[in-house]
Amino acid sequence: MSAKRLHVMFDDDDILLDAVKEIVKNKIYIHEVYTPFPVHGLDKAMRLKPTNISIATFFYGCIGFTVAVLMMYYIMILDWPQDIGGKPSFTLIENIPSFVPIIFEMTVFFAAHLMVITFYMRSKLWPFKEAENPDPSTTDDKFLIDMESGSNLSKTKTMLKKMGAISIKEVKEESEK
Amino acid sequence: MSSHYEAPIRKPLVLGDKSYADISNDIARPVETPPDRDWWIAFSISMVVFLWGLGCIAYTIGTGIGTWGLNKTVGWAWDITNFVWWVGIGHAGTLISAVLLLFRQKWRMGINRSAEAMTIFSVIQAGLFPLIHMGRPWLVYWFFPIPNQYGSLWVNFNSPLLWDVFAISTYLTVSLVFWWTGLLPDFAMIRDRAVKPFRKKMYSLLSFGWSGRAKDWQRFEEVSLVLAGLATPLVLSVHTIVSFDFATSVIPGWHTTIFPPYFVAGAIFSGFAMVQTLLIIMRKVSRLESYITLQHIEMMNIVIMITGSIVGCAYITELFIAWYSGVEYEQYAFLNRATGPYWWAYFLMMSCNVVSPQVMWIKKIRTNIIWSFIISIVVNIGMWFERFVIIVTSLHRDYLPSSWTMFSPTFVDIGIFIGTIGFFFVLFLLYARSFPVVAQAEIKTILKSSGETYKKNRDK
Repeated sequence: MSAKRLHVMFDDDDILLDAVKEIVKNKIYIHEVYTPFPVHGLDKAMRLKPTNISIATFFYGCIGFTVAVLMMYYIMILDWPQDIGGKPSFTLIENIPSFVPIIFEMTVFFAAHLMVITFYMRSKLWPFKEAENPDPSTTDDKFLIDMESGSNLSKTKTMLKKMGAISIKEVKEESEK
Repeated sequence: MSSHYEAPIRKPLVLGDKSYADISNDIARPVETPPDRDWWIAFSISMVVFLWGLGCIAYTIGTGIGTWGLNKTVGWAWDITNFVWWVGIGHAGTLISAVLLLFRQKWRMGINRSAEAMTIFSVIQAGLFPLIHMGRPWLVYWFFPIPNQYGSLWVNFNSPLLWDVFAISTYLTVSLVFWWTGLLPDFAMIRDRAVKPFRKKMYSLLSFGWSGRAKDWQRFEEVSLVLAGLATPLVLSVHTIVSFDFATSVIPGWHTTIFPPYFVAGAIFSGFAMVQTLLIIMRKVSRLESYITLQHIEMMNIVIMITGSIVGCAYITELFIAWYSGVEYEQYAFLNRATGPYWWAYFLMMSCNVVSPQVMWIKKIRTNIIWSFIISIVVNIGMWFERFVIIVTSLHRDYLPSSWTMFSPTFVDIGIFIGTIGFFFVLFLLYARSFPVVAQAEIKTILKSSGETYKKNRDK
């Protein structure tokens, strides 16, 4: 008997979390879990790796910092140095105090926007993107586990029923989206 | 479940016997039902006022800045007053969504969406003033360091006005993506329950195809946290830089080191007052009393009281430092402020900003909706006068007594200011009818710990 794919629905986040833990313990593969809100501890229960997006953001901020310093160094010091309002513009080190606000703003600008763009790209979010949640109620009050059935379908089903699943649907293996 | 424990001493943040589905229904209701007559009346009035403002802007651009009441001595008046006022109002949104997120304040969740919307709409109003004061707004790109045909002609990075350009544009765009990222799951909720095909299409477009995968949520939470961490120093820097517009000058009354913290406190003060004004009406009209509770109003009143006291301290410190400095020009600037021809503006500022929020020490008043509403309006009037006092009274008696003068606004000055208020309400009223006005996905995460029924059953 070939393995089937199951869509298992729950109506409570705590029951869902226990069920996910149980499924992982039985070594059945979970493709995805769809929830209407962030369920705390779900990523750990699914053994998802922590996200690296904040580390990436640090580097995005460094890019913004560098761009700001180089831009103002070129414009104010190299290209056309002028003494404006007694603020000396002939070396970077003398003029840098009045560059601090813009260095800060550009660091934040680059870090925030590149981070959000990374998030949207990695999670496949953009205008005109079709939603991929299999059931519309998973953005309302239902929780859905998209999982393999494991080697023994009926045993898995009994286990899920016992864990509190409100519906179990067998779905045909679709081509990967 | 023990994981949803919250101390019984904390009052519930979601009132009534709500389930997850109830939350979705309550938040989607204003979007799914047609607006009533009152909404149309409010919208029409705002629209007329906005159009009047647009007319005044067109007149200014067509004829010139001479249509305003500015003169040689008072070269900055209502325009910059309105700019600072609107930017200040915007600050509460970021404060509620970012700073309170870092401090793990759960009461933030009922109000953050509308507060952020208010931030974006008011920063748009603020941005209009420098734009039209340029006289030729189509040359706005001259603000930015763009290589040009004039040779090595660049913007001046030593100027606080340019710092402002970078600060305001960073603030507006970062607030916008912060707001939109939080909106995605809520747009998705409305999309998935939409029956009409047009609505479904619109909200699919707005929700960027949000599906609520576990990995998406993991990234979502991390992104929200890091954005909050970035937005917190950003919001403090924005009003600091706005205050530099004055503080780095040599005008007595402006050249003050206390300006950055004093402006930031004032901004939070006026912003919370505006959130209060808007939400007291919205919770009633959109029937959101279960999510924006009396406790939320009380919390905001406490913030208003504290920041009002900080602002009061700053006013008195300014007076003290003027005396203590021994600089007679500085001393005169402050004496003139309090007792000169603009004494009435100074008096309004002092009574609205320092005295009126002090009544919030009384619990009966700060938990009274009518009182909260009145004081929130009084505070915003006071904060407008604060900026007027700082700007106009410092300028109108300058170095040469022969050029001493007064400022009186023309109908164009007044029209543009009123027009921005109209524009703000046009945007906010449209928002209240088309956006999920409470962050429902976040509210669902605290339902089991802070929901009234859940709390009651657990505490038994």
